[in-house]
Amino acid sequence: MSSRIEILNDGGYRSDGRRQYELRDITIDMTPQGSADGCASIAHGLTQVSVSVFGPREAKQRSQTLHDRAVLNVEVNVLPFSTGERRRRGRADRRILELAASIKATFEPVVQTTLYPRAQIDIFVSVQQQDGGLLPACINGTTLALAAAGVPLLDFVCAVSAGVHGAAALLDLSALEEGDLPHAAVAVLPRTKKVTLAALETRLHVDRFAEVFRLACDAGQTIHAEMRRAVRTRTQELVAAMGAGPRAGPGEHVDRDVAMDDDAADY
Amino acid sequence: MVEITIRKRPRTEAVVTQRKFFKKTARGKVIKVLRERYLRDDVTCGIEGCRVCSESSDATLPSSGSLDHSSYPDGHFVLPDTNVFLAQMDLMESPLFSPPIILLQTVMEEVRHRSLPLYNRLKALVKADDKQIWVFYNEYRSETAVIREEGETPNDRNDRGIRKATSWYNSHISITRPPVKGQPNRPLPTVVLLTDDVANRQKAEKEGIACISVRKYVEASKDSGKLSDLLSAPGSDNIEPTRAAGARQVLYPDYLPMSTLIAGVKAGQLHQGHFNANQYNYLEGNVPVSAFEKPILLIGRENMNRAVQGDVVVVEVFDPKEWKAPADEVVDQETTLKNDDADDSEEEVEDEEGITERKVMQSEASIRSLSAKQPTGRIVGIIKRNWRSYVCHIESTSLMSSNPTSLSQQTVFATPVSRLLPRIRMRTRQAPTLLGQKILVTIDRWDATSRYPDGHFVRALGRAESKEAEQESLLLEYDVPYRPFGKAILDCLPSEGDAWVVPPKADAVPEWKDREDLRGLIICSIDPPGCQDIDDALHARPLPNGNIEAGVHIADVSHFVHPDTPMDNEAAARGSTVYLVDKRIDMLPSLLGTNLCSLRPHVERLAFSVIWELTPEADIVNVRFTKSVIASKSAFTYDEAQVRKDDPNLNDDLTKSIRLLNSLAQKLKAGRMAAGALNLASPEVKIHLDSAESSDPIDVEQKVLKETNSLVEEFMLLANISVAQKIQETFPQTAVLRRHLPPPPTNFEKLKDILQKRKGMTLDVSSSGALAASLDQCVDLEEPAFNTLVRIMTTRCMLSAEYFCSGSVARDTFGHYGLASPIYTHFTSPIRRYADVLAHRQLAAAINFSPLHATLHSKSHIERVLEIVNRRHRMAQMAGRASVEFYVGLALKSRSEKETVIEDAFVIRTFRNGLGVFVSKLGIEGLVMFKREIQFDADNYTISVPSASGAESTTIAVFDKVRVQIEVEKDKNTQRGKVKMTLVSPIDSRAL
Repeated sequence: MSSRIEILNDGGYRSDGRRQYELRDITIDMTPQGSADGCASIAHGLTQVSVSVFGPREAKQRSQTLHDRAVLNVEVNVLPFSTGERRRRGRADRRILELAASIKATFEPVVQTTLYPRAQIDIFVSVQQQDGGLLPACINGTTLALAAAGVPLLDFVCAVSAGVHGAAALLDLSALEEGDLPHAAVAVLPRTKKVTLAALETRLHVDRFAEVFRLACDAGQTIHAEMRRAVRTRTQELVAAMGAGPRAGPGEHVDRDVAMDDDAADY
Repeated sequence: MVEITIRKRPRTEAVVTQRKFFKKTARGKVIKVLRERYLRDDVTCGIEGCRVCSESSDATLPSSGSLDHSSYPDGHFVLPDTNVFLAQMDLMESPLFSPPIILLQTVMEEVRHRSLPLYNRLKALVKADDKQIWVFYNEYRSETAVIREEGETPNDRNDRGIRKATSWYNSHISITRPPVKGQPNRPLPTVVLLTDDVANRQKAEKEGIACISVRKYVEASKDSGKLSDLLSAPGSDNIEPTRAAGARQVLYPDYLPMSTLIAGVKAGQLHQGHFNANQYNYLEGNVPVSAFEKPILLIGRENMNRAVQGDVVVVEVFDPKEWKAPADEVVDQETTLKNDDADDSEEEVEDEEGITERKVMQSEASIRSLSAKQPTGRIVGIIKRNWRSYVCHIESTSLMSSNPTSLSQQTVFATPVSRLLPRIRMRTRQAPTLLGQKILVTIDRWDATSRYPDGHFVRALGRAESKEAEQESLLLEYDVPYRPFGKAILDCLPSEGDAWVVPPKADAVPEWKDREDLRGLIICSIDPPGCQDIDDALHARPLPNGNIEAGVHIADVSHFVHPDTPMDNEAAARGSTVYLVDKRIDMLPSLLGTNLCSLRPHVERLAFSVIWELTPEADIVNVRFTKSVIASKSAFTYDEAQVRKDDPNLNDDLTKSIRLLNSLAQKLKAGRMAAGALNLASPEVKIHLDSAESSDPIDVEQKVLKETNSLVEEFMLLANISVAQKIQETFPQTAVLRRHLPPPPTNFEKLKDILQKRKGMTLDVSSSGALAASLDQCVDLEEPAFNTLVRIMTTRCMLSAEYFCSGSVARDTFGHYGLASPIYTHFTSPIRRYADVLAHRQLAAAINFSPLHATLHSKSHIERVLEIVNRRHRMAQMAGRASVEFYVGLALKSRSEKETVIEDAFVIRTFRNGLGVFVSKLGIEGLVMFKREIQFDADNYTISVPSASGAESTTIAVFDKVRVQIEVEKDKNTQRGKVKMTLVSPIDSRAL
């Protein structure tokens, strides 16, 4: 069904009232669920993903263990009601396997797996609602869940999608925009500014790609700030609850995460 | 680095900012749709000097509004609702209508939803310099965003949104300009809701919002006199509200079941025929049927009932009381339906387009009654569709976004190149890239609920107006098979290839069996310059008894092309070689056509000869047919042969032979003319190409016929007639013949009437001889081209000649009207016409040279083949003509870049709003349209154009000589190069 919705109107507004470089609302919830070691639910606008991390723990299948590092096992479950059209996707669905493989490839260089030889880290991604930017949401959720589980990471992984409409680049596309525009998903390590994932499934002109790519890298920093705030808030709550943290009064932040702040000052 | 932020959407606002609904697709699937929206406070009001929205430096609205209107002395802004734009776009576009306008996003989106073309006009309006329009994105502003309530229609919701925005604006103005102490209270401008919806006005008044109807507003404004003319009629402004989900309405009556149709046709209640669309008026068509002399007229969409040019349809004829005359106005689909919408048209019946169409029909109906009536009817069923792929352009106004990176699926209109076809609706994801290209579109179906047929994109041919794309599109449009020959076909060629020669004479050699050795004869060929496929050669020599032996030698194609081989089948399917200006599409592989069969000079070639013994008065004493081997002595062009003949110093055998042939030809021609053959004319022009490679046309010239043209023509006619007699004698049931039926006298009625009334000349159409004689009388001494014009117009009244199988029609209808010959066939061009190949085979069998192939004994087989050949022949002619037309257009274009092209033209038709003219120098026809009202006298074929001052008027009649300015302009919608003609003299229509 061709929709009669303008992607970017003359007033510079997108169909949902955002402007070009405005990201959707990000809601992060890191309350533990069940027996998982680390949990995070993240919502980018109406895309909702929750990720549970188990491990590092002993690998269930000995055949798949590596003697020098831990193995990442990513499983994605797309709930049937998450899309517009109700559809049950099996485990072996190609798209889901690809999604899982992308997540795995993104995190393998970031998780310090060498610290846990012969171990396995399970990442279970459950997609509850989809409205564009699924892969970035999964990646951001996984970062948070891994952090919540205390798995040592080299850095945050912050992902965002970006597309091009005419000459204008748009950030964080909704499903409606994704259907209409060529778009790429980019995941960056905000501290080192390295890129761990750049996924482009549609056709996009080379000249345009550079611009979009750079923009997405910048947007990664914005998302990083948001994610870090969430992690910190959560940690502070925990610390406060344990009564062992720095006894800082409310509103006063003592930041000891020096390395990160140095970088943050750049932006 | 740009500022990248995250917009926050608090969960507490989710009621307003989040939307969830279910949608049922056409296939019955239910889809959940989730939408969110981000409300903001930085959507600016656009009023200059607003304190709150100060950052908007580009504000366009004056701070005090407009002070011009008498009802609002304190200044005002106008806030129109959707229907104002839908119904009163002309008013809005008027430069006189200039109050500051606040255009709400809600209104924009509703207009976009209802009609894309109107939306595009609206967008242009927003950008116009002389307008003060501010687009206010009310749906994104937190105070003005509304959500649809339970049980509320989308229309009501939008109206509420518009009212809310109006009241917000008013309070916004009062908040941002608080009264300053000590200063007199400055009156605040009002924002006035402009709406024609009474219910909406009542609600607005209840809420204390200033509102007014468009008419009242205009009446109280400054230029009310001029502006009120622009108001659309009160009848048409009650536009139906947007329906939440409109059930598709049936636009066309259903077809009757096939059995009813067939029974009806058999019983004579219904009539079957081919549907012809009217190229001047898309709301009219006709179906020629045998039961009536005149074709059955179909007026209006409903009566044409989804028929497409060429469909075999069944028609029901109305009561004679309801018969009507064809309209005499040019009705252009593109202009009448320019606001129609590709996406929605299936849902709306009573939209503006429907109304416009009805208006056109009504205004026509009042004038129709004047002239002669024709049987009128409606289509009740379709026996066979004639749908194929059509060459189209995408209409740019039907595009939602022309953004080249967009991948969205869009529903767009494809306008076929041919004016006879309706627009085709199709869905594509690559619409922006296809814009400006020639594309191939196939019609898939035409539902009763859809105004336009639905089709799909097949492939792109290339940029419009590029030669390659135009050439291919021509071939496709006329259904010319132009693929290269396949391997199976090429395998049928002689294995020697180029090296094939006539083997040395010997009894055992099959090539020489029963063949006469005519290598010693002085044979030559005369053809147009550059001709490669020489299929005929001639000779003549005096006989000792005083008579003359003349021979026509035709390439022996049937020696190489055997029946029922892949090559034969392909040739039968192609039917004919197609000559375009810069390309030739061969019927036979070029090895045969331009080499082995071609009767090239100085080589031995196989031929099929017709040899007559003629008296010096050109009466046939004796004729014989034989397969032969010849060696042409020379290949002349018409010019060379002419020069040679006229050169008194040359007295060699070859020249003598040409002179002998010429003298015979003149006598033959005289005899033919005496028998009543017609000398008809068709507009033939010749294109001069720059060079073979670039093929840029540089000039257009009328073809000049020389004596030698006529020489060759006469002998070919003679050969064809002789062969026709022979094969008809031998195979009375299956001979392949060609005939030209005498045209029914009704065809000439109009031309006769025009000639009588305008020139006082009479046309006697009782027989071809009488016609030929009266055509000779139609001479205007001052205007030599007039006679040619009459001949061209006469030709158009004729039926076209056709191939037929002698056993299929009555003996008395064999005649060829134009040539005034009782029997005729095509024998002389087997390289480029398939019918000639068949004639060759039959003649070979008739002289006991070879047995006749079984298929040529079967009447039904021959009928089937000839039907295809007839169609291909017609198509080939049309393709050739269209190619010339295209090049004439190119030549004109390059000429008009340098200078204004002004040419003499004759008026050939008069319309109520224009003239049809014919430019004989260029061989093109064109339309001169008048925008102003003109007086039209259908009975006298005149129009009167009032001069610019309005004092006296100039009368122009059919056959008048006028001067026209010719331009080639690119049609904005279709990217089609269009020849545009404007009258220069006797009256200058450029200003009209």
